[in-house]
Amino acid sequence: MSDISQPAAHPPVTDWVNDFDHTDPQWTEDPFPIWEELRAASPVVHTERFLGCYMPTTYEAVREIANDTEHFSSRRIIVRDVRPEVARNAAPPITSDPPVHKPAKQLLLPPFTPDAMKKLEPRMRAICNELIDGFIADGKVDAAARYSKYIPVQAIAHMLGIPESDSDLFINWIHMILELGIKDENKLLEAVHGMSDYFRAHIEERRSRPTDDLISYLMNAKDKEGQPLEESHVLGSLRLLLIAGIDTTWSAIGSSLWHLARTPADRERLIAEPGLIPTAVEELLRAYSPVTMAREVVKETTISGCPVKTGNMVLLSFPAANRDPKMFPDADKVVIDRRENRHAAFGLGIHRCVGSNLARMEMQVALEEWLKRIPDFRLDPAGTVTWSQGTVRGPRQLPFLLGKAM
Amino acid sequence: MAERLRVHVDPDKCQGHARCKALAPELFELDEYGNAHEAGDGTVPPGLEDKAWLAKSNCPEIAIDVIEE
Repeated sequence: MSDISQPAAHPPVTDWVNDFDHTDPQWTEDPFPIWEELRAASPVVHTERFLGCYMPTTYEAVREIANDTEHFSSRRIIVRDVRPEVARNAAPPITSDPPVHKPAKQLLLPPFTPDAMKKLEPRMRAICNELIDGFIADGKVDAAARYSKYIPVQAIAHMLGIPESDSDLFINWIHMILELGIKDENKLLEAVHGMSDYFRAHIEERRSRPTDDLISYLMNAKDKEGQPLEESHVLGSLRLLLIAGIDTTWSAIGSSLWHLARTPADRERLIAEPGLIPTAVEELLRAYSPVTMAREVVKETTISGCPVKTGNMVLLSFPAANRDPKMFPDADKVVIDRRENRHAAFGLGIHRCVGSNLARMEMQVALEEWLKRIPDFRLDPAGTVTWSQGTVRGPRQLPFLLGKAM
Repeated sequence: MAERLRVHVDPDKCQGHARCKALAPELFELDEYGNAHEAGDGTVPPGLEDKAWLAKSNCPEIAIDVIEE
């Protein structure tokens, strides 16, 4: 590759409507007023940054694009400064379009059904309690670094059959792919290669000693013709499961705790009515959806009356869709008992998140176990909350004081 | 009014979000991929009408119909 770009600092945004940038510090810190401004301007806005990129700003426009696989391809699903070669990073099924998509997706679905997740639940409760044991006596904690991060890592490591003690390795790769890799293709490729080598070694081990985990499951999976999957497919799917399973739910649990730390009334209600937690989880997923995906325009069309041109990327912001007041009354309020909630936190259409049942279970268990043992907590005024940049949004530093305020 | 309700999942629209199964487990079943279909012929037993409407109004894919018979 000759056009490997150097990481470039982006100029600050002064005109959000015509020059938006989802990596701008203002967006990272507080994207909600920006989305409101963009939505008021047009259902689809455009920026020249990232080699040209659209963003649908309404729920309806997001739904239209998510359901239109003819004009919008998933071959590139992250908006970056560069357009990395497609095949190199393929991670089926998330980067697949029809007709390749369906069989690749169906392979991954059975291990992630709600029933399969129920079997994992006791292990998750134990993990949450072990983590809480580690800091509850301290009276303070960075909940992003010590709690929300390790719940999804340990869950997916458990399902894949890889050591939970490699957690920090996984988290570093993901940071390189989803954050640093937006502006630095070297970092992206380094992480992709690192992950592939890691999984190749685990596959090799299982050839002589088969296991009962997702790595063995994919190694032994057959395609529609009854043939084993190509190694690149197995590695791509394993990378996907690791990447998609970690900082997404890390973010969702972190944002939920951040909300509860600042909203004693919601906290007290969930403690008094734990049966409401699943409903609250849906609302927290809506209000603080972590994941923004992307598409690439492969055929000219119009979306909500706006023309979109080939070659541009599309920032498919499910989080912004979920704040559209046309779809959700009081969209900017967290209503923890919201009854009607067609939120799109896990995407819409054929690319619905494979791990949605896992993420929901992790969030419910993480909040239940936390609230049982730590009913009172608040933001530590001496600390700073920081948020991740780009594709997945959630707190990366979440300093709390535990116990009742003096 | 003793109206009878029936639920139906459009299999072409369902993407397996499984919201219906979580909200109205009596009325929906999931297949091995986690995609939903109505339990039996979809008839809603008396007392579960509310759950039928709740499932419909929480389906992100608008895949659920509640038919008043």
